[in-house]
Amino acid sequence: MALTVVSQIFPREMIPAVLPLIEDKLQHSKEIIRRKAVQALYKFYLIAPNQVQHIHDKFRKALCDRDVGVMAASLHIYLQMVKENASGYKDLTESFVTILKQVVGGKLPIDFNYHSVPAPWLQIQLLRILGLLGKDDPRTSELMYEVLDESLRRAEINHNITYAILFECVQTIYTICPKSDLLEKAAKCIGKFVLSPKINLKYLGLKALTYVVQQDPNLALQHQMTIIECLDHPDPIIKRETLELLYRITNGQNITIIVQKMLDYVRQSKEEYTIINLTGKIAELAEKYAPDNEWFIQTMNAVFLVGGDVMHPDIPNNFLRLLAEGFDDEKEDGQLRLYAVQSYLSLLEGEDTFYPQKFIQVMSWVLGEYFYLINDGDPEIIITKLYRLLKQTFVTSETKAWIMSAITKMASRIPCSKTVDKLIQEFSTSLDTCMRQYAFELKHLCENKELMKNLLPLDASCETVVDASLSFLDGYVAEGLSCGAAPYKPHHQRQEEKLSQEKALNFEPYGLSFTSSMSSSGFTGRQSPAGLSLGSDMSGNSAEIGQKDCLKLDGVRKLWGKEGYLPKKENKTGKEDKTQPAPEDSILVGHVDDPPLIQPEQQVVSLSEEEKEKQQLASTLFVGLGTSSTVSLMGKADTMTQKFKRKSKINETHTREEASSIQNFATLPFSPFPDITPNDKENFQGNEHLELRKVSLNSSEVLEASVSLDRSQSLTEAGLDEKLSDYRLSTSSLFADSNIEVLQPSQSAPKTVANKVSLSLCLPEELADHPHSEIVELCSSDVLTVYSCKVWTDDCSLLVLFVANKSPSPLKTVNLVFESTEHFKIFENLSCHFPVIEAQSIESCRKSVQLEKICTTGILSGFVSYHLDMDTHLEFSLIFSLSDFIRPMEITTEDFGKLWLSFSNDVKQNFKMSPQESLLIALNTLKQKLKLHIVEIIGNEGLAACRLLPSVPCLLHCRTHARTLSLWLRSSCSALPDSLLYQCQKVMEES
Amino acid sequence: MIKFFLMVNKQGQTRLSRYYEHVEIPKRTMLEAEVIKNCLSRSKEQCSFIEYKDFKLVYRQYAALFIVVGINETENEMAVYELIHNFVEVLDRYFSRVSELDVSFSVLPRIHLSFFVFLFLTACSIVWQTFKIMFNLDRVHIILDEMVLNGCIVETNKNRILAPLLVLDKMAES
Repeated sequence: MALTVVSQIFPREMIPAVLPLIEDKLQHSKEIIRRKAVQALYKFYLIAPNQVQHIHDKFRKALCDRDVGVMAASLHIYLQMVKENASGYKDLTESFVTILKQVVGGKLPIDFNYHSVPAPWLQIQLLRILGLLGKDDPRTSELMYEVLDESLRRAEINHNITYAILFECVQTIYTICPKSDLLEKAAKCIGKFVLSPKINLKYLGLKALTYVVQQDPNLALQHQMTIIECLDHPDPIIKRETLELLYRITNGQNITIIVQKMLDYVRQSKEEYTIINLTGKIAELAEKYAPDNEWFIQTMNAVFLVGGDVMHPDIPNNFLRLLAEGFDDEKEDGQLRLYAVQSYLSLLEGEDTFYPQKFIQVMSWVLGEYFYLINDGDPEIIITKLYRLLKQTFVTSETKAWIMSAITKMASRIPCSKTVDKLIQEFSTSLDTCMRQYAFELKHLCENKELMKNLLPLDASCETVVDASLSFLDGYVAEGLSCGAAPYKPHHQRQEEKLSQEKALNFEPYGLSFTSSMSSSGFTGRQSPAGLSLGSDMSGNSAEIGQKDCLKLDGVRKLWGKEGYLPKKENKTGKEDKTQPAPEDSILVGHVDDPPLIQPEQQVVSLSEEEKEKQQLASTLFVGLGTSSTVSLMGKADTMTQKFKRKSKINETHTREEASSIQNFATLPFSPFPDITPNDKENFQGNEHLELRKVSLNSSEVLEASVSLDRSQSLTEAGLDEKLSDYRLSTSSLFADSNIEVLQPSQSAPKTVANKVSLSLCLPEELADHPHSEIVELCSSDVLTVYSCKVWTDDCSLLVLFVANKSPSPLKTVNLVFESTEHFKIFENLSCHFPVIEAQSIESCRKSVQLEKICTTGILSGFVSYHLDMDTHLEFSLIFSLSDFIRPMEITTEDFGKLWLSFSNDVKQNFKMSPQESLLIALNTLKQKLKLHIVEIIGNEGLAACRLLPSVPCLLHCRTHARTLSLWLRSSCSALPDSLLYQCQKVMEES
Repeated sequence: MIKFFLMVNKQGQTRLSRYYEHVEIPKRTMLEAEVIKNCLSRSKEQCSFIEYKDFKLVYRQYAALFIVVGINETENEMAVYELIHNFVEVLDRYFSRVSELDVSFSVLPRIHLSFFVFLFLTACSIVWQTFKIMFNLDRVHIILDEMVLNGCIVETNKNRILAPLLVLDKMAES
């Protein structure tokens, strides 16, 4: 009985005390005691796998126990272990197969039978394990074919439980490496299920079919008619399962009808969870396979209508992004947008129709962005419609913010509008402070059309080639600005304050809030509700954004510091730069226009102010635009990196010059023309553009950004600013220079395949300084090899992956994708994409890996896919251990004491020491192997501290006493001491 | 993996509940109410598996008593469906034995309930059966714990499930 209790509720801390007792019980003569002991061990394994690691061989003994019950109990442990690490237990496959054979053959005692089927649940359990073991492993699968065939044959009695076994069999057969006649039998089985009049069987059949069609879509064709029947089945559960099946087999041809069916189902469904789930799927399908624009928009409208406000926020965000970024075809985009605008206009015709908030938000955004596409319509009408929406009571304030920003956008494009005036008047006295804020902003912007146009440079941007990413940027900037995100407010309030000539103005808090908001929106994309929506738009490529952004800022800043004051060189370098014909750069010019446009404008406004304030304002504003423009650029990161690669050397030599020249451009409007009129300014701007256009190498706008960032840093000099840049530096140092420096090897990559590896596989300099592991080969094929290297920096564990192209031709669309695991988290995203890898060259990417769930060792697996004649898939896996994530923590003995008392999770264990070993030696081993920091050694006691990245501290207290070394670990995290203790144990044993 | 095991009557009262994953108490009541609502709304012709939120419900109705098991994606529905049946068979075997031994219930008619009889019981005897189960909830719990542990099916052999319980009973008698 006690053992049962143990296996049900048991605190982790007590395991070491009870473990030996339970181990003893494994040898008990009564089978029931042994069985319970194994069950208790299973529980231990679940809660603290590390502590039972040393008795794995006992599990094996249990598996071979003469009693069936004990063996069955041990299967649970194995299922769990195999799930975590299939490759480690391949040798047991044969035992499992033998056991299954015995069970199926009816060798068990008769009382294990259930309705004359021998131990069905045991069979299911075994089949599951076999499925896991045989996955993608032809050799192991080979062993199973016979027994699977046997169980298929045996399970032919018509009883529910045999169906359960059959189902499991089918699943296993399709999981392991396929064998044709087995597949055939399994398919027959599924057919029997699906066609069965029994509803439960039908369900099971559909579920199996859903699982199977991923491997073999043809099977679905055989059962077409049944599936159609199931679609109209009175039972919603069957319908739901059928839809799930259809979702898997959707393609370009059948999308319309499938989505139609799904929408019908969602409309009838009342359960929130189903709605969220299905709308997500519909949106995904629509994006993937939409046959034409009209249909796409209509479907999405339907999704928004049914999904209402419960659906996942990603859906509207993705939709808007799609609209903004567009596809490859400019004309298509135009049509899509035009159609969207038209459909929304007609939807808004209705007087008192009620739409979900999210739908209104989407509508107002689209109308605000693309209203100009309708040539014959009067924007006034649209504004009136939006205005009417604003006055509706059901509209929430967040939605109102969206509508207001749309109106602001439109107001900037039309000369004058009564409705806008009316709106301003009305909401200036609104009780809602947010609305009042927007109204005031709008009012001031209306008074200053010039500024407004520049602030919302929509028209121009939408006519350029880079329309997609630019308008996206505009959306982001404008949305962020006008919806009350931080950058806008300080700027605007400052303006107001300037107008009122308040001189003693403290800019610090604004600068502060601004910078922090920029950093957070840059890295997490979550700021204000409105900012959030668009910020998360970019979450897809935020990884790249983050790193590239910082990378360039970082790289350039140094140059700027050195060469910042070389104005004389300017002319020369300017000319030099002009001779740089950069056809692909012309795309980027569009971006460059942004910052300079606004900067002078800003100065016009701020000229009357004190110099310092001016600069601060300009620079802070600039940072925002600069960074956001790089952000938008990163939408095209692929082309960027490519260019960088080709010219990295040239670039490096030129960046300095550019830095200085651009700095000059930037400073020009500052001092020499203090009293310049806006008109002159405009001209001046024009010139500036021309020159910039010529100058602009692809990194120029980045420089611009960094220059301004630099300035902002030097000017504000606030401690917080400092911090921000530190933060950036730290993050950038993680990723920095991956382009430039890593590329050098690739440039100089030798043509011979043989020695290429040794020559070109070197870590970027700043990483090479950190401790790192050997560069090991992960996987390889005829044309491509992947190498990996772990780098342990102070604040994270980096994984650097090199992808080498060994073939004589360039590889296209190489994708590196990690599978997500519960233990690890990979920043910024799970995949890495190389549009092209030139022949005989090496690309690298790096990912920061963090331990999400504490474990002693874990496997990170993933695959590389590339296209060469046909799509090829290469899998690899990497082992990370806890020690990869442990860093020394330097604290004083005093702090150690304080921390020690504050931690509640502790683990203790004694080790035997060999006579020649001493405390010092033991500690040193720990220090070297586990990167602990030794705090102090007092007599026969030693203190050490470490932290688990990012900053979970763990303290270690050790004491020697008569040849035993007792380790005592404490931490704020409950699982950490356990795992670390295990690591210590391992290290000590090794030494 | 099995998430929870419920025995609920037609009126929606929970007779027995066992969770294999931590769920807060107030949430449990809510969950139970919703689960039974879902099950009650279904007819006999409909299938016994329901998708509910991110897990699945497998239920079986025995006269007025519903047994509902919540499972996650990885579990085999049909296996669980049969497990319920196995569980009921075990209950039947145990309590039918008990009914002959148990003196406290001697006033009530002694019927040996084979399981197949049990399925076609009159309303009266169903009440009696449930009644008995209710008064011996601890035993039911022991049986369930023998069969399902930490969300895994650990024992399905009827003799073995009942063995510890019978030992217990013997001890209580002596």
